[in-house]
Amino acid sequence: MKRIGNKIIDWIDERYDLTPVRKLLKHKKVPSHKYSAWYYMGGVTLFLFLVQLFTGILLLLYYRPGEESAYESVRFIVTEVKFGWLIRNVHSWSANLLVFFAFLHMFSVFFSKAYKKPRELTWVTGFIILVFTLAFGFSGYLLPWNELSFFATKVGTDIVGVIPIIGEPLRNILRGGEDVTGATLSRFFGIHVAILPAIFTMFLSLHLLFIQRQGMHDPEHFKNLPEEKKKYIPFFPDFALKDFLLWLVVFNILIFLALYFPWELGNKADPFASAPKGIRPEWYFMFMFQTLKLLPAHILFIEGELFGVLVFGVAGFIWMMIPYIKIKNKSDWKVQPLTVIGIVVVAFIVIMTILGYIL
Amino acid sequence: MRKSFFYLPIYALALFLTIGFYDGAEQKNKTAQNSKEDHCVSCHKENDMMPKGFSENDVHRHAELSCSGCHGGDPSSDDESIAMSPSKGYRGVPKKKDIPQFCGKCHSNINIMRVYQPRIATDQVSQFYTSMHGKKLLQGDVNVADCTSCHTAHNILPAKDPRSTVYALNVPPTCNKCHGDKELMKKYNLPSNQLEEYSKSVHGNELLNKKDIGAPACNDCHGNHGAMPPGLTSVSYVCGMCHINNLQYFNATKMARAFEKQDFHGCEQCHGNHGVQKPSDNMVGVGKESICVDCHNEGDKGYATAKSIKISLDKLSDLYNLAETKLNEVHQKGMNEVEISFLLQDAKQDLIQSRTLVHTFDTVKVNSKTKDGVAIASNALAMAEKQINDYYTRRNGFLAATLAFLLLVVALYFKIKDIGKKNS
Repeated sequence: MKRIGNKIIDWIDERYDLTPVRKLLKHKKVPSHKYSAWYYMGGVTLFLFLVQLFTGILLLLYYRPGEESAYESVRFIVTEVKFGWLIRNVHSWSANLLVFFAFLHMFSVFFSKAYKKPRELTWVTGFIILVFTLAFGFSGYLLPWNELSFFATKVGTDIVGVIPIIGEPLRNILRGGEDVTGATLSRFFGIHVAILPAIFTMFLSLHLLFIQRQGMHDPEHFKNLPEEKKKYIPFFPDFALKDFLLWLVVFNILIFLALYFPWELGNKADPFASAPKGIRPEWYFMFMFQTLKLLPAHILFIEGELFGVLVFGVAGFIWMMIPYIKIKNKSDWKVQPLTVIGIVVVAFIVIMTILGYIL
Repeated sequence: MRKSFFYLPIYALALFLTIGFYDGAEQKNKTAQNSKEDHCVSCHKENDMMPKGFSENDVHRHAELSCSGCHGGDPSSDDESIAMSPSKGYRGVPKKKDIPQFCGKCHSNINIMRVYQPRIATDQVSQFYTSMHGKKLLQGDVNVADCTSCHTAHNILPAKDPRSTVYALNVPPTCNKCHGDKELMKKYNLPSNQLEEYSKSVHGNELLNKKDIGAPACNDCHGNHGAMPPGLTSVSYVCGMCHINNLQYFNATKMARAFEKQDFHGCEQCHGNHGVQKPSDNMVGVGKESICVDCHNEGDKGYATAKSIKISLDKLSDLYNLAETKLNEVHQKGMNEVEISFLLQDAKQDLIQSRTLVHTFDTVKVNSKTKDGVAIASNALAMAEKQINDYYTRRNGFLAATLAFLLLVVALYFKIKDIGKKNS
């Protein structure tokens, strides 16, 4: 077996010269320290994206967009297609875990200050990937065309409409008309399976390329260690195998969740029915949704909702631009200002999300 | 001749306009009369002499009809001697026996009534005189019901208004005001426990407890204004108004003619009247609760038919119940129940139809329908069992997969450790 493998590699090597790849695999090293575990978060996120890609392609074989066919085809997938239930549930669960690990990865990078020079663009591309991940979630949520997703999309796209001047046209472009209809479903489908994957893959490739080019970031405490105390492990095979081990565990958890907590399909969307109880966005939008709900009707001279949307927009932009913002460290502070900001942001997201579910 | 034909449409138009103007003039006059200051109400209120149970919500008040609309007189005058003068058409309070005619003055006149409701019936008074109430009233019996006994005199509301005494939910207590009076009913040799029995019946439970106004109240079987106890032959027709198939099947049987000969009361003979209960399969057959054995004895054909029908009904019913239990299990396990519930709906339909076909007393017809139901229910049961099996297969599959993953994870762990040792 090993011989056949070597023969194939030799065959390729002879024609395409694998020396640069060999060099990269041989020389790429990953720092080993007490916070090394966070290095794996990006890998898990990437793995979940691959799961999404694979299960998404399989779902595409049976899914039929359209007001009269979307719900029916998803029902067909989960009831009639062999292992269709597993693929659909894994896709739904993996989407949620993907967002969760993407957030975890982002905050681990933030708190370890890995976004600093020379990795500014890695951070920026990473943030853009996160935004597109959320867009994936939002567009995919509507595709089963059930009651909950229909009304959640209605509420979600309504929020876009509050932006002055461009809000309404933007909402109409998103919806393909004034209301959420079959036209919205068609365009969300197109966005979900064609537009987003294309853009996402581009930014993901850039993100991965930057990481390969610059290697893993050494945290401050690690940099300050004397050379002899700095420990590294080879990326291949040590780190790659550890990554793989974690992927296996995550995959097993994914199947467990898909089997024991299947994603409900609910009732088919009826545009003429009154909105059912308990309409809420996916959990990762909850903190924004809850904040908008809690804001007063008017703040100063502008509408509360518009104020909220603008603040989130500006805050998101600042967050993306964080590598370029200089905040001086305070030598007498135990916890540095940026870390305090990070903690406040995390606390805000967690508290608002919890409030969204209990209020 | 030709000339007269030419003028015919003009005459017709003139006649039409005259009648139209006449009716319109009368209506206009009435409205004008009512819209003026109404001294009847102001004086009677002032002197605390308003009629018992008077309500501003009364349908006549809403239609801008004042007291004078029924009682006559001149409401524009604040002088009692003028306002309540017979010369002004004052009729006063009608005597009980005159009440139907008193109300019928308007309610039997379609020209007046169509103004308020184009499709309204105007035969209430004539129907009333065909009823036992009306007949007795004509004979001078003042204990029987007149219009006001059910509708009230001054708080009359449309029958669709839930506050009305004749709203579907309120009909049983309204009738019971008299029919529940033991002393009164004794005079007519009538029972007084109908409401009590009805409340316990399947109809009463639907109407009074579940507030389903589609369920029959007293008037749905006995009629409204022409209220009569249904006669022997009409009982089946009364029930058949809703239970159409049962009536058709029953009427086509020899049993129907045998019932007539024996003076049996159609449906009532087996199901009862006011206290009619939800029928159970045990009413058929030869068991303890069977009604068939009241007339049929072991050895006769009817006995064998009853036994055979019961067996096929039980077979379908048991299978349906079993499949339904399995369906619940499928639902609880979060498995696919859509197809199974569709099948069970069909099976239930067959079960209902089989139960209806019992009224043919024909084993072939009942058995053929139950056979269809059994086939569908068996299919549903098999599908439900497959879903339940799949549920466990998935879990076992997950266990096997987890074991495989675990093995791989352990192997990887040792491999990583081994590589780590080599590197160091």
